Amino acid sequence: MSIPLHAGTENCVGPEKGEITPAFEKQSDELVSRYPVSKRSAVLPLLHLWQETFGYIGPRGVEWIAKKLSLQEIQVLELVTFYPWFRQKPYGKFHFRVCRTLPCALGGAGKTFAALQKLMNLKSDGHEGAMVSEDGRFSLEYSECLASCGTAPVVLRNDEFYEKVDEKRASDLVTGCR
Amino acid sequence: MAISQYRLVFKHIDSPGYTRDIACYQKHGGYEMLKKGLAMGPAGIRDEVKKSQLRGRGGAGFPTGTKWSFIDPAKVTKPIYLICNADESEPGTFKDRQIIYKDPHQLIEGMILSCFANGVKLAYLYIRCEFTEGWKILETALAEAKAAGFLGKNILKSGYDLEIYVHRGAGAYICGEETGLIESLEGKRAYPRIKPPYFPAVLGLYMCPTIVNNVETLCNVKHIVEMGGDAYAKIGRPNNTGTRLLCVSGDVVRPGYYEFPCGALTLGQLIYDVCGGIRNGRKLKAVIPGGSSAKVLRAGETYKMKAKDIHGNMVDRDVKLEDLPMDFDSLAAAGSMAGSGGVIVMDDTRDMVECLANISTFYAHESCGQCTPCREGVLWLKKILARIADGHGKDEDPTLLKDVADRIAGRTICAFGEAASWPVQSFLGKFKEEFQLRIRRNGTAAKTDTVSLTH
Ligand SMILES: Cc1cc2nc3c(=O)[nH]c(=O)nc-3n(C[C@H](O)[C@H](O)[C@H](O)COP(=O)(O)O)c2cc1C
Ligand code: SF4
Ligand code: FES
Repeated sequence: MSIPLHAGTENCVGPEKGEITPAFEKQSDELVSRYPVSKRSAVLPLLHLWQETFGYIGPRGVEWIAKKLSLQEIQVLELVTFYPWFRQKPYGKFHFRVCRTLPCALGGAGKTFAALQKLMNLKSDGHEGAMVSEDGRFSLEYSECLASCGTAPVVLRNDEFYEKVDEKRASDLVTGCR
Repeated sequence: MAISQYRLVFKHIDSPGYTRDIACYQKHGGYEMLKKGLAMGPAGIRDEVKKSQLRGRGGAGFPTGTKWSFIDPAKVTKPIYLICNADESEPGTFKDRQIIYKDPHQLIEGMILSCFANGVKLAYLYIRCEFTEGWKILETALAEAKAAGFLGKNILKSGYDLEIYVHRGAGAYICGEETGLIESLEGKRAYPRIKPPYFPAVLGLYMCPTIVNNVETLCNVKHIVEMGGDAYAKIGRPNNTGTRLLCVSGDVVRPGYYEFPCGALTLGQLIYDVCGGIRNGRKLKAVIPGGSSAKVLRAGETYKMKAKDIHGNMVDRDVKLEDLPMDFDSLAAAGSMAGSGGVIVMDDTRDMVECLANISTFYAHESCGQCTPCREGVLWLKKILARIADGHGKDEDPTLLKDVADRIAGRTICAFGEAASWPVQSFLGKFKEEFQLRIRRNGTAAKTDTVSLTH
């Protein structure tokens, strides 16, 4: 199949290093070809591809994508800062998002988050964004409604959905990280 | 009393042995409606959709046939685009997800039919990026449909060409608003566009006429082609036709997703019979009937509503909360809305200050920041609610909250302003004493708070 089913975070080579491989170029070109009217439309897809490949979007990613799409760098950077999914620093190998919106909160999301934070030994530095463990293994943040409210509380670990994550299951999720 | 579901869109969802591949879909009659639709011709499909009185399932409930009629493919010289709104981000809503994950071809068939009906040759499916697996499922399903000749060039030798691509969002709620979605698809920040034009049908993607429809709406088009618009209009109630996917979350015994004819069951039947009542033997306190933006309803309320008496005359009738039919018009008459079909239930142990603080934190996080009343106002709503929940409220805070909320709604570029104000206005209007009580108990109340999560 020619579709760029990118493998997701497990293929991430990390801190924005790593080569731009011919495969990466090819995937980028395929994504751009989906927008025959305006290649600017391909910014989000390329940002996704970059983040999934290199772990986060730093200056190198912004520059590369801007060049690819003949845009100003600010036209790429302003998306990185607008869309919550994109990050400008590396997160943990296992990144957890706990849904905090009302149905999940009613289902105990606060306790789930606290349990995960304790298990990962994370401290908030008071800034927005994810908390990252010192060894780079774990990171944790709240997210807004993940459209799975009937099975609250909901947790995303990297790209995987986990439902009804109480404190016990939270601990299983952390110990299950390999 | 068990009320049985009427599963039309959800017909195959969770049925044993049903898989999401094209072979299974076709074994159950999949893509037969595409053949029928191609034979009916674009105008034929549009007529049936009009007759069906289908109303959009994305939130606003706008009649789909009318929306489509703003574009006359025969007269338009620019390309016409169609976008499927699969951003599903209204808190409390998780229905589109079921279709995408478990029956993606139903959506694709509905989408192809809708594109054909409106002369669309290029369409996008905008999906929220958290549905990573859903995105891969759709990519696979689209490739299958293409290989089978249902997509691409000269579909089933009809001479009709169509390409559909999936486009992933990046975690912003405002991408669900259709003009924000279009900006996002153009590769920009998802800043909703100033109206007028009121409909992307006039100026949409790349400044061309564009139709934006929700996942559930597009699936219904397939069923309208199948049964005909008149037969479809017989399901449900007049002006509230067809079925409705309802998602129930919060304090009920059996949360989940259900499908019923529009208005066929009441809110009470939904909560007590379908969902098994309030969990842990508690009592109902409040319910948000159509996604977190919808105004809250309080247990024990009655609403004045027009209804037919036994002689067929329209009379005013008092309707209890439990007896509210789950349809667009009844929930609007009760001062709320059917919205996205997300029903959030709260039991009598819940603190309304905390629930509202949670909701306002959502809006404070998700405002796109374009309009000052929204960007600043929504943040203040959250800050004031957080301080009340933390035990530092001031006596004047409830009045201040209402004042701020009243000054957002109606003064913004998009309906997010209303969506953020309605919860505040309705919670304060209906539970004011709880806010005052919490402020009076300052310093003692915050210890058990696990719901606000205002962080
Ligand atoms: C703040 C906001 C968020 C919205 N989010 C969604 C959404 O997640 N999914 C959706 O289908 N419609 C959403 N809508 C409604 C869309 O703007 C649009 O009306 C809808 O997609 C049209 O489809 P329909 O006619 O089939 O309902 C939202 C609207 C607003 C104002
Ligand atoms: S109302 Fe809020 S979300 Fe909508 S355009 Fe204005 S700032 Fe953005
Ligand atoms: S509130 Fe958590 S998934 Fe919707």
